[in-house]
Amino acid sequence: MNDAVEIEILEKRAAPGGKALPTLRFLTCGSVDDGKSTLIGRLLYEQQLIHEDQLAALERDSKKHGTVGPNIDFALLVDGLEAEREQGITIDVAYRAFSTANRAFIVADTPGHEQYTRNMATGASNSDLAVLLIDSRKGLLSQTHRHATIVSLLGIRHVVLAVNKIDLVGYDQAVFEKIAADFAAFAAPLEFATCVAIPISARFGDNISQSSQLTPWYRGPSLVAYLETISVEEDRSSLPFRMPVQWVNRPHLDFRGFCGTIASGEIRPGDEIVVALSGKLTRVERILTADGDLDVARTGDSVTLTLADAVDIGRGSVLAAPQARPDVADQLAANLIWMSDEKLAPGRSYLMKIGTRTIPVSVTKVNYRLDVTTLAQHPAKTLGLNEVGFCNLAATAPIAFDPYAENRVTGAFILIDRFSNATAGAGLIAFGLRRATNIHPQDLTIVKEARARIKHQRPAVLWFTGLPGAGKSTVANLAEQQLHARGVHTILLDGDNIRHGLNKDLGFSAADRLENIRRVGEVAKLMTDAGLIVLCAFISPFAAERQMVRDILAPGEFIEIFVDTPIEQCMARDPKGLYKKALAGEIKDFTGVDQVYEAPKTPELVLGQGDATPQQSSARVIAYLVERSYVERFDDSGDWSI
Amino acid sequence: MNSRVSPHLRQLEAEAIFIIREVAAEFARPVLLYSIGKDSGVMLHLAQKAFYPGKLPFPLLHVDTTWKFKEMIAFRDATAARLGLDLIVYTNQEGLRRGISPIASGSALHTQVMKTEALRQALDKYRFDAAFGGARRDEEKSRAKERIFSHRSAAHAWDPRNQRPELWRLFNTRIKPGESMRVFPLSNWTEQDVWEYTAAESIPVVPLYFAKERPVVDRDGMLIMVDDERLPLKPGEKPRLERVRFRTLGCYPLSGAIRSDAATLDDILAEMHDANTSERQGRLIDHDETGSMEKKKREGYF
Repeated sequence: MNDAVEIEILEKRAAPGGKALPTLRFLTCGSVDDGKSTLIGRLLYEQQLIHEDQLAALERDSKKHGTVGPNIDFALLVDGLEAEREQGITIDVAYRAFSTANRAFIVADTPGHEQYTRNMATGASNSDLAVLLIDSRKGLLSQTHRHATIVSLLGIRHVVLAVNKIDLVGYDQAVFEKIAADFAAFAAPLEFATCVAIPISARFGDNISQSSQLTPWYRGPSLVAYLETISVEEDRSSLPFRMPVQWVNRPHLDFRGFCGTIASGEIRPGDEIVVALSGKLTRVERILTADGDLDVARTGDSVTLTLADAVDIGRGSVLAAPQARPDVADQLAANLIWMSDEKLAPGRSYLMKIGTRTIPVSVTKVNYRLDVTTLAQHPAKTLGLNEVGFCNLAATAPIAFDPYAENRVTGAFILIDRFSNATAGAGLIAFGLRRATNIHPQDLTIVKEARARIKHQRPAVLWFTGLPGAGKSTVANLAEQQLHARGVHTILLDGDNIRHGLNKDLGFSAADRLENIRRVGEVAKLMTDAGLIVLCAFISPFAAERQMVRDILAPGEFIEIFVDTPIEQCMARDPKGLYKKALAGEIKDFTGVDQVYEAPKTPELVLGQGDATPQQSSARVIAYLVERSYVERFDDSGDWSI
Repeated sequence: MNSRVSPHLRQLEAEAIFIIREVAAEFARPVLLYSIGKDSGVMLHLAQKAFYPGKLPFPLLHVDTTWKFKEMIAFRDATAARLGLDLIVYTNQEGLRRGISPIASGSALHTQVMKTEALRQALDKYRFDAAFGGARRDEEKSRAKERIFSHRSAAHAWDPRNQRPELWRLFNTRIKPGESMRVFPLSNWTEQDVWEYTAAESIPVVPLYFAKERPVVDRDGMLIMVDDERLPLKPGEKPRLERVRFRTLGCYPLSGAIRSDAATLDDILAEMHDANTSERQGRLIDHDETGSMEKKKREGYF
């Protein structure tokens, strides 16, 4: 046999085992007619995965259903269901596997039509990269915004903007660059790790596998070349060890193995692990597989562990690294994507499947509905099909979890309708609302009541909310001075100061505003744990975010103080000249100008009405605290009487 | 898990094991549909790995149309004996009495009665609530949208408009009494993956996959092997010996052979790199019309 031929065949054969990068799972999304299915058909065609008999059927079908005249309509190859074909719309997620010489791919082709958002979320949940298709002639549409938001929400960190149908705009560089720039501006707050734009024509194959001669101004790689080389490893191996137990293997009395797929991190025989809910510690003895024992098992491996001690573990238990344990709570806040025709019913019992555990839960509150096109938050009582909302949930027992942003396996759940058994919603956990169990008992030897007692006070958060310029900081400052003088232990958290330090990484998008308040709430909670009276002065325009802070604190600790200065007065004062700038359009999203302020409905205290001076307002705050025994009454405090 | 397979196959293996364990944990009476083919072989191998060092916590079911290749039946029985499997063989006796056969009744009716209806009867008889199938998404267009956990009504019907979204690996396994789930652990595998894994793991396969001189006749452009005397020959027709093999196995009068010299797994893999027809081409049932697989699925065919 000819040597050269032999080598060539060997190289071909060696390729699948020798691919340097792991399989890339990606999704394609775009609006109707952007050409997603055509793109995937083209990818399969160019990797020669369309066989002669399929091609013959395709040519026959192209004549019958095709929309591209005499050319082969690649979309027909991937639009599977008859009904879809007749409507000309992809209505469900289609999965295709293909590989090039350098990498294996699994692509989820997800529908772009508005009412099928749930399918896009489905495809995104198992993908590490998204290819967003845009029609060069149309530019960015509201659906592009929606898709980018959902992709970001589902934790995808890598985006390719495929600017398709570049042939139909005459391969015009300016058109491409404008779309790329528009998208970069929109996507900035979504914080993708990588985001590149590639001009393509799925129909004619420009910049799909080969760089196109017709776009000489484009110097980047073709789409396939880019996908072959991008590293999307979020490196779950470097996260703390997590393994939800799937199955307890007991072939005989002398063997008890715990089966599961490692969600993150790695594990070795001898490593200490903790059962997340019970806090029981033990060590890994062996890591079994049918191919022999392992010295180390990594993220994604399906293994069976035996443990050093007889610890109570069953399906649903989460085994974890003791030095970095998952959160444990029975109440949590999460983004919910609603997937059922039947609206979310707050208070109704649904089944939550999280990891390998299924547990009854109810949604206690919809904090807001997120407009995934504009990122605006709208008040809502429920969620309908394809709506996304930030909700509080209560479970019937504590759950072990990680925030979804940190771990896509242990931070995700689905909600199942208990009557229809439909998958009604998908959830991404943001944080726990209250610690449910004391898995670190040593932490609780000194409780916050004890810390507060030696200070002769009850911890509380005084939350000053109101328009910019209402006088929140002024009153809070005065109140703190007066409390300090009485020997009360206090701390003042001021919006501007926090933004210069703890929250200097945050901007003013709706998501960042929420995160800003969430962090302040958590800090305030820590301070109350220390027994302090915490004064917070934040515009905090949304009722939902103030409620969120109220929810993470113990009952009676959150004192909402509405500094209700009329907007005309705030504008007249304008201590920082901000209203002037906002009215001139120099500042966007300015509360009171182009951003609503949701006034508290039932605040504990309302200040600022009429002609009250800051001194009078501050005195009312002190009086409130004294009346309700947060601070002790002093007989010699006459100086501070009103 | 082991170093013989590529990272790509390792990922697919780990995913399939996860799916198989999930079914064993969440269903009362699962069953593995064993068709004797290469996909079934991989699925069985993965299931054994999933529960090692324990035994399979569910039985295997083979729906026997009585028209399978003789070598398939021999391989099936040898495999069950070698691995100590709990194997159920089910045949639609009523169909046999009615004289249904691929010769007399045509491929469509034969498949409907002896495969589709037989499967339903068996699932009902043994009250199985979950059935593993070896189907892959790359086999046919309509399967690209099939779920890994595919819900079936009490009448075993598949409703493409009412499938549950599948997010992450959080499979919704809830069903009502009488309903069932079809589960496809090899959904994300391709034909090439199956062969590469079979080779890497040394999984035994039916010898019909390897080229050998076999007696064949030409039927509508397909090479049909004369496996027994039931295949009617045209007047004067004599089976001729050709070096052939099969890419998919089923009822012998419905399975087209391909001319090939591929006598080993490596040969098969090399042949696949040059192949220009899809594996289902050798199946008569798919040729009836476009969308025919989808129609059969709605009726309960696998």
